[in-house]
Amino acid sequence: MVKDLLIILISSSLVSNVVLSQFLGLCPFLGVSKKTQTAAGMGTAVIFVITLASAVAGAIYRFILAPFDLTYLQTIVFILVIAALVQFVEMFLKKFMKSLYQALGVYLPLITTNCAVLGVALTNVQKNYGILTGIVNGFATAVGFTISIIILAGIREKMAYNDIPESFKGMPIVLVTAGLMAIAFCGFSGLL
Amino acid sequence: MKQNSPAERLVNGLVKENPTFVLMLGMCPTLAVTTSAINGLGMGLTTMVVLALSNMFISLLRKIIPDKVRIPAFIVIIASFVTVVELLLKAFIPFLYGALGLYIPLIVVNCIILGRAEAYASKNGVISSLFDGIGMGLGFTLALTVIGAVRELFGAGEVFGFRVMPQSYVPCSIFILAPGAFFVLAALTAIQNKVKLAGERRGKDMSKIQSGCNMDCAGCGESGCSRRLVPESVSEKEARNG
Repeated sequence: MVKDLLIILISSSLVSNVVLSQFLGLCPFLGVSKKTQTAAGMGTAVIFVITLASAVAGAIYRFILAPFDLTYLQTIVFILVIAALVQFVEMFLKKFMKSLYQALGVYLPLITTNCAVLGVALTNVQKNYGILTGIVNGFATAVGFTISIIILAGIREKMAYNDIPESFKGMPIVLVTAGLMAIAFCGFSGLL
Repeated sequence: MKQNSPAERLVNGLVKENPTFVLMLGMCPTLAVTTSAINGLGMGLTTMVVLALSNMFISLLRKIIPDKVRIPAFIVIIASFVTVVELLLKAFIPFLYGALGLYIPLIVVNCIILGRAEAYASKNGVISSLFDGIGMGLGFTLALTVIGAVRELFGAGEVFGFRVMPQSYVPCSIFILAPGAFFVLAALTAIQNKVKLAGERRGKDMSKIQSGCNMDCAGCGESGCSRRLVPESVSEKEARNG
């Protein structure tokens, strides 16, 4: 059991990295990676939301959708639950945990309808993961996202001082960087 | 051409406001499923069907849906159509369903669909909204097919499964792997930048051309990527801005 969870932890965070090999959550990956500090903030918010969302979505699937034979409604239910959950978390943090809200609050609305969050919830169902396995998978996926966004932000901070051809300034050079990172992450496929 | 006529909408979606080449929306599926031309075509057409139907329905219901809860309402409409299309694909075109897999349900969170619902369908009539959806969908299909064909050509020497390159060509398989997607998109955005710069030099208005959500996730808000479920109240906005 522990071994299975460990394998999921490594494969979801490194081997099949959510951004660099599955292309989910590209918007924040490209948009909020100008500074390492904001990238880390975004990463933490993503870990928080995805772990919570995979727990809630897993529980709803197991205890409501599956027993009543409503599994075909999963897409509709998941997206609504996730969107409502993120908004609820935002309100909760604002009311009761001011300091955490100041650190993560700005990023929360940006993840409301993020494809990575919905993607993890759907993958958990597709792969028939139980609730605990699903939570571990969600956490690992989000950690993978955080690792890659922080690395990209670090490279972009250094790249700001480089002389880049005019038409490659901005998004193109970031995408080339992401491509090179994806090649590097291909190396992890030998891990398992 | 007359504003909002079906033909004008089709041209707008295909050329003037092409969702991929001009607006740079919906990047996740663009990178993920374009490993071959046929996959790109399949994904594009699937998205087009959802986009046209959801645009039509949202336009029909635009006077009934209260403004405050419009985003959740749009999401429910879009998700319902995605589910219908997903089940149809599973039953009738299983090979495409197998190839696209997870990315079919993820059409729900495609920026283009919620973006068009917000920007066009919730403000315009049924017929022009339907054609807006078809036009945008065709533009997306065109872009995905072209990107898929380029990646397939270099990565496997084939286009739509037919051998195009001479026998001596050694396929450069990185193009159909994950890094190739980033490189192809990088080249595409570089070309886009070049066109934009050249246009600005000649004094044309090039503000429509965006590169990846305007380089900023906050800019995505306008196109629907990161919409809040319930719009921010004025006091909240003031609190946020200090």
